[in-house]
Amino acid sequence: MSHRILVPVKRVIDYAVKIRVAGGKIDTNVKHSMNPFDEIAIEEAVRLKEAKKATEVVTVTVGSTKSQETLRTALAMGADRALHVEVPESAEVQPLEVAKILKAIVAKESPSIVLLGKQAIDDDAGQTGQMLAGLLDWPQATFASKVELNDSALTVTREIDGGLETVKTTLPAILTADLRLNQPRYATLPNIMKAKKKTIEKLSPGDLGVDVTPRIKVLEVSEPPKRQAGKTVGSVDELIDKLKNEAGVI
Amino acid sequence: MSVPRFASLVSRSRGAAAPALRNAARSFSTTNAIRSAGSIPSLHTFTEEEVMLREAVAKFATEVVGPKVREMDENEMMDRFVIDGLFQQGLMGIETPAELNGSGTSFTAAILTVEELAKVDPSVSVMCDVQNTLVNTVFTKYANAAQKEKYLPKLATDTIGCFCLSEAGSGSDAFALQTKAEKQGDYYILSGTKMWITNSYEAGIFLVFANVDPSKGYKGITCFIVEKDMGVEIAKKEKKLGIRASSTCALSFDDIKVPASNVLGQIGQGYKYAIEILNEGRIGIAAQMLGLAQGAFDLAVPYTFDRKQFGQAIGDFQGMQHQYAQIAVEIEAARLLTYNAARMKEQGKSFVKEAAMAKLYASQVAERAASKAVEWMGGVAFTRDLLAEKFYRDCKIGAIYEGTSNIQLQTIAKILKTQYAK
Repeated sequence: MSHRILVPVKRVIDYAVKIRVAGGKIDTNVKHSMNPFDEIAIEEAVRLKEAKKATEVVTVTVGSTKSQETLRTALAMGADRALHVEVPESAEVQPLEVAKILKAIVAKESPSIVLLGKQAIDDDAGQTGQMLAGLLDWPQATFASKVELNDSALTVTREIDGGLETVKTTLPAILTADLRLNQPRYATLPNIMKAKKKTIEKLSPGDLGVDVTPRIKVLEVSEPPKRQAGKTVGSVDELIDKLKNEAGVI
Repeated sequence: MSVPRFASLVSRSRGAAAPALRNAARSFSTTNAIRSAGSIPSLHTFTEEEVMLREAVAKFATEVVGPKVREMDENEMMDRFVIDGLFQQGLMGIETPAELNGSGTSFTAAILTVEELAKVDPSVSVMCDVQNTLVNTVFTKYANAAQKEKYLPKLATDTIGCFCLSEAGSGSDAFALQTKAEKQGDYYILSGTKMWITNSYEAGIFLVFANVDPSKGYKGITCFIVEKDMGVEIAKKEKKLGIRASSTCALSFDDIKVPASNVLGQIGQGYKYAIEILNEGRIGIAAQMLGLAQGAFDLAVPYTFDRKQFGQAIGDFQGMQHQYAQIAVEIEAARLLTYNAARMKEQGKSFVKEAAMAKLYASQVAERAASKAVEWMGGVAFTRDLLAEKFYRDCKIGAIYEGTSNIQLQTIAKILKTQYAK
């Protein structure tokens, strides 16, 4: 059974960077890298290919020219080829628009599985995979911590609030990767060199017939309030009084 | 701009300083002239793969090497897991062509790898540096096709190599080496001892410099490829001040038989190979010292903004500001010297002076940075709970191996004389 896996990836501010807000906007002149959950998704797809359960791993990103480095990292980790849906650097492409683009890509590439990271660490939206499933009317197994692929069915263990849930879906299907799904590999130097020869196909949203105008407007961005120093109280009564009258939480 | 004219002066007078420069391509001053100044990128410009490699190595160093650094230093032993990791990441055959199982990347990629590793552990960094810039390069430049095909793949995939030149009686005066190689039929019988050999405890391949004809003085020095099971003995593993996880051993060759086909390059040319290789290896050590300085700095400076005394972060006191700003300047200067020497080598330009300057300066900056880092962090940095004291101990070797600082100064002075004396 030949299965193609499509893995969308996103270039985000590196997880280790301290986010600063200047003039109501986030300072983006800092280190960027692939969204960590997307790394986990690429790793899982490459492992499925190495286990001969899948035949091809195609990666795609919606982003500016700079996003090309993210695609190269995915190729260096083992993806076979890449698609770059290029947008201007100033463009803000939101989850619904990304899902629409991915729907068009799915029509073009016919993957058996679309494997996404569960959320991006910049907007923490956690929507794209689910919206895509809705648009395609495909089954979805989100927050996957274990994936088994057998011929034409997926058995997925999901991490949910109460514990673990196992679901089975037919193919084609949408999966989103959670933290404990795997430990992504480091791109070895020989693979980085091989990645140079792999193809990156360029497309525009227009080519795919998608309008990427944002529908949600960001009104304000601010840093969280600074943590206040704690207060020592002398008695339980004083504690209750403060919780009631000062903090207003009871 | 006067640079192109000066470069042509340098390239002509350079012919006089022959042995060190035999293999460095002549500097063509005309290629220094670029059409427009706006197109010349800064030294902080890298190819896509160099950027990706740097990030991959930084991650590997932090996540795989990082947790083991203290343990390896306390045990004075390189962890096998770390060594295997270096091989698996393709970091032990960086410039070796892909057909020989290497990674087929640039010299600068090797330099960046050594730098990133040194930010976390200078011991791991020097293991990788010796393998790439000394051992692999000797094979690539001087070995015959059969030797390259036999040994380079091993060095790239699973065997550690080492460079055996120094002896008890010959360090800076390398040509005074005493190890002998006596021809007997199809073999050479090697006898002698070597000292201070990095990587030798773990190595399977030894590049041994021995004299086939002492009556010819240094012109009898020949390079031999020796495999461990030909009878190499570890006479002593040194207990050191710093880079303790990197093995440094005294070796002895007790009349061991080495096939004549294992002579690397030409007989009697070993001295030339040694000098030329060490010129390149110097840039590697510069990168190691650079990484060490940066690692110490990155450890100490954030601490100064957390540590409050007298109601403020100690990093905000002007006295401290001046100190870490000064060290940052010196690290950047060492970085530019190192990257520039690496690029000059890649471009086939003469780089002996620049390599010597880079190694000299980077080792000095490493010492200053590591020393200051301990001071900035104070009492806690004096304990082995933190790695600051380790950087301080590790830095000292920078001024000593692969050419002492005095030798670097002499190398630079000799070249300056050819430029300035009439």
